[in-house]
Amino acid sequence: MFRKLALTALTAFALAGTPALAAGEGGHVENIRFSFDGPFGTFDQNQLQRGLQVYTEVCAACHGLRYVPIRTLSDEDGPGIPPDQVRAYIEQNFIEVWDEDLRDYRPATPEDNFPANDAAGAPDLSMMAKARLGFHGPWGTGLNSLVNGIGGPEYIAALLSGYNGHDEEMAGTFLYGNDVFPGGLISMAPPLYDGMIEFNDGHPNDVHHMAEDVAAFLMWAAEPQMMARKRMGFTAVILLLILSTLLYLTNKRLWAPVKRAAKES
Amino acid sequence: MSHAEDHPSTRRDFLYYATGGVGAVATGAAVWPLINQMNPSADVQAASTKRVDVSSLAPGTQLTVLFLGKPIFIRRRTEEEIAQGRAEDGDITVDTNARNPNAGESASAADENRTLADFSGENTGEWLVMWGVCTHLGCVPLGDGAGDFGGWFCPCHGSHYDTAGRIRRGPAPENLPVPTAAFVDEITILLG
Amino acid sequence: MSGIPHDHYEPKSNAEKWLHRRLPVVGLLYDTLMIPTPKNLNWMWIWGIILAFCLVLQIVTGIILVMHYTPHVDLAFASIEHIMRNVNGGWAIRYIHMNGASLFFIAVYLHLFRGLYYGSYKAPREVTWIIGMLIYLAMMATAFMGYVLPWGQMSFWGATVITGLFGAIPFIGDSIQTWLLGGPAVDNATLNRFLSLHYLLPFVIAGLVIVHIWAFHHTGNNNPTGVEVRRSSRKEADADTLPFWPYFVIKDVFALAVVLVAFFAVVGFMPNFLGHPDNYIEANALATPAHIVPEWYFLPFYAILRAFTNDVWVVIAASWITGGIVDAKFFGVLAMFGAIAVMAIVPWLDTSSVRSGRYRPMFKWWFALLCIDFMVLMWVGARPAEGVYSTISLIGSVYWFAYFLVILPLLGIFEKPLPQPATIEEDFKEHYGKSGSNGDTAATPAE
Repeated sequence: MFRKLALTALTAFALAGTPALAAGEGGHVENIRFSFDGPFGTFDQNQLQRGLQVYTEVCAACHGLRYVPIRTLSDEDGPGIPPDQVRAYIEQNFIEVWDEDLRDYRPATPEDNFPANDAAGAPDLSMMAKARLGFHGPWGTGLNSLVNGIGGPEYIAALLSGYNGHDEEMAGTFLYGNDVFPGGLISMAPPLYDGMIEFNDGHPNDVHHMAEDVAAFLMWAAEPQMMARKRMGFTAVILLLILSTLLYLTNKRLWAPVKRAAKES
Repeated sequence: MSHAEDHPSTRRDFLYYATGGVGAVATGAAVWPLINQMNPSADVQAASTKRVDVSSLAPGTQLTVLFLGKPIFIRRRTEEEIAQGRAEDGDITVDTNARNPNAGESASAADENRTLADFSGENTGEWLVMWGVCTHLGCVPLGDGAGDFGGWFCPCHGSHYDTAGRIRRGPAPENLPVPTAAFVDEITILLG
Repeated sequence: MSGIPHDHYEPKSNAEKWLHRRLPVVGLLYDTLMIPTPKNLNWMWIWGIILAFCLVLQIVTGIILVMHYTPHVDLAFASIEHIMRNVNGGWAIRYIHMNGASLFFIAVYLHLFRGLYYGSYKAPREVTWIIGMLIYLAMMATAFMGYVLPWGQMSFWGATVITGLFGAIPFIGDSIQTWLLGGPAVDNATLNRFLSLHYLLPFVIAGLVIVHIWAFHHTGNNNPTGVEVRRSSRKEADADTLPFWPYFVIKDVFALAVVLVAFFAVVGFMPNFLGHPDNYIEANALATPAHIVPEWYFLPFYAILRAFTNDVWVVIAASWITGGIVDAKFFGVLAMFGAIAVMAIVPWLDTSSVRSGRYRPMFKWWFALLCIDFMVLMWVGARPAEGVYSTISLIGSVYWFAYFLVILPLLGIFEKPLPQPATIEEDFKEHYGKSGSNGDTAATPAE
């Protein structure tokens, strides 16, 4: 009886798993096989560096990244850019941060976070890859997310490539048609066009690839500890499986005389 | 005592010891992060070094920066201050150690052991970098030639430091310590 | 302690005797640990230990998180990111705390439904049940306030909705709501006091847990047959029971290890699955999310809350009878708390003289329906409150109340129970006697 119920419980539990799914209509988001997907996934350092380039040259004009410390660009589990190149990056891109003590802007140091940017009313991108749901479960069951993941980076990539040209003007604001954004109209103009950025490694730079690269970078920005988390997951699961096995055998041995006595009498 | 009788208890005990052992490892693996989280976090560790741009520092002026929660005096000394400091090398009686990890632990308190070499490696004596914390009880001494020896004076209990930051009179027991520091390019000192 | 004959603690060494004369704490702990426990407990009895582990886990990780958290509206969200990015292992502690709450509620629901099925709430265990209900309420309050602390969109708006419920109370509602919030809306005053209470309540829970354990140690544990342990002689008691240590400690720790495998798999590989992405957006009082949804463990009650709309006939009737004092919003609040209240008084609603659902053939079906109902309410609680979902949630809510208020009382009168085993010993032998292979190991029994 309870075994049946436990199975129902498990399924139904997954069903209710993401209350998030109550939110948003929005267009269909394709699943992308990112390098970091799944329990064995890892960030691709080159992709993160390309994504950083896209962010810096295109997105940073309007979007801040206020929770990401610049020094984390050197993380081995992340973009892996050596500290002196990080300094060069700051200098070359004139990155400045607001200093409360000076009451003025000053050049950023690696110890600072990336600057915030509220000038155009664009949302900060630090957490964007975790703040969006890409895969909506069938009828709110959450099964889609269970299998494919939350889908935040996929949503971002799909949105950046999803402009359809059916633009409209509404109440004095010009809105751009987008297949993915909930409601179909977004106030951000299409930010990417084919060939707009030259990558050092000669990687393809059509909209589709740039969108993927910046989405991967934003996934790292939102979750820099992902690699460490998966390593911990493996260590914990394996250690606990060993412990469970030993405890199972211990328990069996402990109860053996009791069960045998019941059998024999 | 037959061999067969020994076996069961050894096997049973081995299982219990193995379980207990793995359990202890799992507990240790769980407890360590709980303790380690109180160690300095990544942002605090990043602040364990600091780069200071001294390009706008004119001779005879001092830059005070906050480093690891305490003040650091960076003074670009004038020719007179350098000469005075070197001339008084023989008068140092209170603390004969340079207190400068960049010069080595046993370096004497001579003026040239107190100063920082510039990026080209030349120690002209113009770059004096020290903790602005009086070695008596921790007050911040006043600079710009204060005190009887042309250097710094601590108003709390009257310690006098000379142009090289060495204690000359007063209750302080040691020269103002020099932090680990070096020029990493023409205009930047790396502290820590 | 439970009236079951067993060996009591005897201080052996001089040190033990010295302490025992002054404070018999070793004796208390020994007797508690060695308490005679029914032999035939099955795997649905592990959840108590899982719950105790969860409480300790949440308290330990919580205290650590507070070391790095800042309870101010301008700094809270950033301090959570500080924990995730800068504090050594902070991300792990945060994810464990976040998912630990979910594990806590999975365990409490399994523990609770175990009690409902096996009649653990029936005499003489009513007080244990009531204390359990109080623990459950305290858990819900703790979890609710804890979710507000990261100050994300769902934190803020969930707090707005739930504190708004208090405003639905007639006459005094607005004053109570303002008092709770410390102002006209959810803001800094609310955040600060929620941290204080979120820190306090788990220790209240810990106290309640100690009384809960005292209560069921006094009555003795229930078991899957619902037949009580024989207490008239030592021999009979020994035939029905085993000391808690080592038999059930090892069994429970094994179960805990297995549960933790699943838990760390979730924490390591899908830590945000049970959460809501909107909570990674900083709270904005000027922008309401499209769908405000509480955490999954509140969903069944959220469904019941939203089910009773203005067009439901019982709401219309209540409004007419009370001259408009009880409106749809207040009715929903009453229904939500009523759903828990009705569960709390189940010892007095269930009229059956048979304790365990194992021997109640009609009860089993209704109970299975209750479990499905709980899951359906959980699912529909996350759906928009419109169309077919409204109907489903109403049907689900009605069944919940009907089960406790109508079905259980009637079942006791109409149901013909199956024959129950005479003793626990008989049930245990029956289980292991025929099925055979469970007891075989190579080791010879200790002599």
